[in-house]
Amino acid sequence: MRGQVPRKTIFAFIGPAVIGLAVVGIAPLLYAVWTSLHFYNLTKLRRVEFIGLENYWTVLTDEAFWQAMGRTFFLLGTALPLQIALGLGIALVLHQPGLTLVKTLARLSLVLPMATTYAVVGLLGQVMFNQKFGVVNQLLGGADINWIGDPENAFAMIIFWDVWQWTPFVALVLLAGLTMVPGEVEEAARLETKSKWTVLRYVQLPFLLPGLVAVLILRTADTLKLFDMVFTLTRGGPGASTEFISLMIQRVGFRGFDQGLASAQAIILLIITIVLAQIYIRVFYKEV
Amino acid sequence: MTTTRSFWTQIALLVVIIAVCVFPFYWMVTTSLKTQIVALEAPPVWTFEPTLNNYREALFEDGVLRTLINSLVVAVCTTLLALVLGVPAAFALARFEFRGKNDLWFWFITNRMVSPIVLALPFFLIARNLGMLDKHITLILIYLTFNLPIVIWIVTDQFRGIPYDLDEAARLEGASQFTIMRRICLPLAMPGVAVSAIFSFIFSWNELMFGLILTRSEAKTAPAMAVSFMEGYNLPYGKIMATSTLIVIPVLIFALIASKQLVRGLTMGAVK
Repeated sequence: MRGQVPRKTIFAFIGPAVIGLAVVGIAPLLYAVWTSLHFYNLTKLRRVEFIGLENYWTVLTDEAFWQAMGRTFFLLGTALPLQIALGLGIALVLHQPGLTLVKTLARLSLVLPMATTYAVVGLLGQVMFNQKFGVVNQLLGGADINWIGDPENAFAMIIFWDVWQWTPFVALVLLAGLTMVPGEVEEAARLETKSKWTVLRYVQLPFLLPGLVAVLILRTADTLKLFDMVFTLTRGGPGASTEFISLMIQRVGFRGFDQGLASAQAIILLIITIVLAQIYIRVFYKEV
Repeated sequence: MTTTRSFWTQIALLVVIIAVCVFPFYWMVTTSLKTQIVALEAPPVWTFEPTLNNYREALFEDGVLRTLINSLVVAVCTTLLALVLGVPAAFALARFEFRGKNDLWFWFITNRMVSPIVLALPFFLIARNLGMLDKHITLILIYLTFNLPIVIWIVTDQFRGIPYDLDEAARLEGASQFTIMRRICLPLAMPGVAVSAIFSFIFSWNELMFGLILTRSEAKTAPAMAVSFMEGYNLPYGKIMATSTLIVIPVLIFALIASKQLVRGLTMGAVK
C-alpha cells in the first residue's frame, strides 16, 4: 500500500516546517491580537493597558480606515481590468504563429517587470514622472503635468506602475491558457468562422477561465498587500490620496506609534482577507 | 496582401511590447550614468558623457556595498533554511498518506495571502523585546513566511512527478524513507529545488517593508538603503538609480534563468 509510513517518520519530515511556519507565521498573529486589545503606544510604553475592544471600535467607526479600504479596492477595480484587457491582447499576439525569434524576445522582456524590486519601481517612478526633468512629460510632448504632487495624477501614476509591472504576468498566465487549446479544435473553429471574437468567446475562453480566476485572486491579495512601490513613490500622498490599506497600517503603527490601533486594523484586514478568500473559493472552486 | 499587413502590425505590436517593458530599465541605467547636473536637466537629455561616479560613490562612500552584502547574506540564508525545512515537508506531502494532509498543504500555501504588514507589527514588537532588531537572523526568520510556502509548493509538485516505483524498489532493498528522499528522489527533483531556490532568493532580495521596519544600520538591506537616499532636498537621482541598478541586475538575471517557471511560481495559492 502506497504511503503507509509510521507517524514518527511523517512527523520527522514535516514537523520542522510546521513548527517553523507556526513560530514565524502564527505566533506573531496571536501577539497582534493581544496588542490590539491594549492601549499600546510606542511613545508611552509605561502606560500599556488592557482596553478590550476599544481599538476595534475606533477602527470600525474610523472614516479614514474605510476610505483607505475603498481606495485599495478602487485601485484593484481600475488596474485589474486594464491588466486583463492588455494582458489578453498581448497573449493573443504572442499566440499567433510565426516570428519565433521576436516572440521569444518579447516573452523574455515580459519577465523583467514582474521580477523587478517593487521599491525600485517606485524610485524609477520618482525619476521618470518628475514634473521638471521627468522623461514622461517629455514623451508627452513637453507636458507640464505635476504627477507626484497632485492627488488624482498621483493615483493615475500608481495605476500606471501597477499595470506596467503586472500586465506581463496576466499576459503570460493567459498565454499558458491559450496554448492549452487543442490545435485541431482551434483550427476547426477557424475554418467555421472568420470572426476572431467568436473563436475567442466560444473556443478559447473556457481554457482561459482558470487563469483568469487565479489572476483575480492573486491581484486581490497583492493589492491588499501593496506597500513597497507606493511607499517609495508617494508615501501615500499627497494628503492621503494614495494611502492604501497596508500603508495606512504602517503609518499608524510606526509613524503614529499607535501599535494597539494599528494591530486592530491589521487584524480586521486579516479577517477581510480570509472572508474574501473564502468567498472566492466558494464561488470559483465549488466543484472541489 | 493582407498577410503582409498583418505581419507588419504583428511586428509593430511586438516591438511596442518589448519597448514598454524595457524602457524603464534603459532610463534607470542611463540616469545612473549621469552627473547630478545632467540628471536634473529639464527637459531630460538622451545623449551625454557617461560617468561611473555614482556607482563609485554609492558603493564605497555611502555604504551601499555593505547593504548589498547584507541583502545577499539574508537572501541566501533564508533560502537555505527554507530548503532544509521545506524539502522534507514537500516529500512527506507528496509521498505519505496521513490525516489532515490537505488542510496542512492548504495552510502552507495560503500563507501567501496574508498581508505582510499584519506580521510586521507584532514581529517588530517581539524583535524589540528580544533585542533582535537590526539583526540578520530576524529578517532570515520572517522571510520564511513567504519562502517556505513557495519551496513546499514547487517541490511537492516536483516530487509528485517522480514515479513511485523507484521508491518501492529502494524500499525492498531496505532503504529508509530518508535515504529514499536523499538518494533517489532529490537528485531527480533538483530542477524544482533550484527553481524554488531562485524564487525564494528573488522574493527575499526584493523585499522592502520588513527591511525598513526591522533594520536600522547593521543589517540594513539594499532596498531600504535606496529608500533612505530619498530624504531631504536635492535628491541624488543618479546615485539612487545606480543603487537601483545594482539591486535589480541580479534579480533580472535569475528571473530570466527561471523565466519558464516564473508564472507557475507566482500563481501559488490560486491554482491547483
